[in-house]
Amino acid sequence: MSVKHALLALLEPEPMYGYQLRSAFEERTAELWPLNIGQVYTTLSRLERDGLVEGGETNAEGQQLYRLTAAGKDELAEWFGSAVPRTQPPREELAIKIALAVGSSGLDVTAVIQKQRSATMTALQSYTRAKRATTDLAHGLVLDALVFDAEAEIRWLDHCEARLRQAQRDGAR
Amino acid sequence: MSTNPVLQLDRVTRVHGTGELAVHALREVSFEAHPGELIAVMGPSGSGKSTLLTIAGGLDEPNAGRVLVEGADLVAAGQSGRAKLRRTSIGYVFQDFNLIPALTAAENVSLPLELDGTPARAARAAAVAALEEVGVADLADRFPDEMSGGQQQRVAIARAVVGERRLILADEPTGALDSVTGEEILRLLRARCDAGAAGVLVTHEPRHAGWADRVVYLRDGLVVDESGAALAAGEGVNA
Repeated sequence: MSVKHALLALLEPEPMYGYQLRSAFEERTAELWPLNIGQVYTTLSRLERDGLVEGGETNAEGQQLYRLTAAGKDELAEWFGSAVPRTQPPREELAIKIALAVGSSGLDVTAVIQKQRSATMTALQSYTRAKRATTDLAHGLVLDALVFDAEAEIRWLDHCEARLRQAQRDGAR
Repeated sequence: MSTNPVLQLDRVTRVHGTGELAVHALREVSFEAHPGELIAVMGPSGSGKSTLLTIAGGLDEPNAGRVLVEGADLVAAGQSGRAKLRRTSIGYVFQDFNLIPALTAAENVSLPLELDGTPARAARAAAVAALEEVGVADLADRFPDEMSGGQQQRVAIARAVVGERRLILADEPTGALDSVTGEEILRLLRARCDAGAAGVLVTHEPRHAGWADRVVYLRDGLVVDESGAALAAGEGVNA
């Protein structure tokens, strides 16, 4: 996740202090990715060094107000204008686990699949409950991302189970 | 749970055919749906989920076991008793809406009440109230072919809940709808359950099952798994 671009996007409508940036980020992303304040300030100083933001006036508490520069606006437009790269798949612990389960002797692979499906469905139910509780569009869309992701996993598990049953039938013939 | 179940299936078995050709559509399936609960039933084609719904709705009879709707035994009720329960206690929502094309939205919704003897004026008022609840009161005098799929399904839900029926059986109710419209339909079902009805939702979409309190998985007529049974309310996203 690009903290750099997230901060640029949050500064686009109006200048903000570092602590404001952190709470705005967490609010917008349903508090799913807590951002530590140190990370916010390190990123801001790197953005300032690169000319993408500039520090402005300081308030009574000694906090500095940051605003987007023209170069920062260009950088942000380029980020929104390009697709997030699908680099090599992340190490998929679940896929690896099921692959290893299929090769293990005396293991009930179906039970492994069911256990996972149950857990993923429980997570999906809790995302849906959170969706019901929010009226904020951005928050709801982030939760939708989690819902669709969990759904894809459940579909894949259903597929694994069906393939397994098919293989067992073929083996029994 | 201390409340009495709205729907109770007790070791329900349904066999199609006999002898070597016998197919067990359901094998001793038991579950309960209480007021306020939405239960999703999932499973691959042929797992028995649609059979379960038709039996719960009194449209088919089990070979063994009992089905109780608000305490009334559907098998013992006989044909006419089941028909009455379908008009007064059970609402059905289908994938393809199943509205009667020659009747307006309000007439479709008031039909079960009128068949049950409610005077036309009172039935119409109840139908308009039900249409209002699902957000389409302004379409009361339109015919089904003058409405979008999402609007027709809202009318179908109004028909399923009119007259305070407390059991809603929904068979892939969002199958013909786009994802946003489908979600609106699930919100309505959920709201109706939150208001005290019990719902059973047959779906093959995990995303839609996520709206349920419990998810029951069927394989070859057997309940093989259940999710969310012990879920406490108020659990956070990261729990």
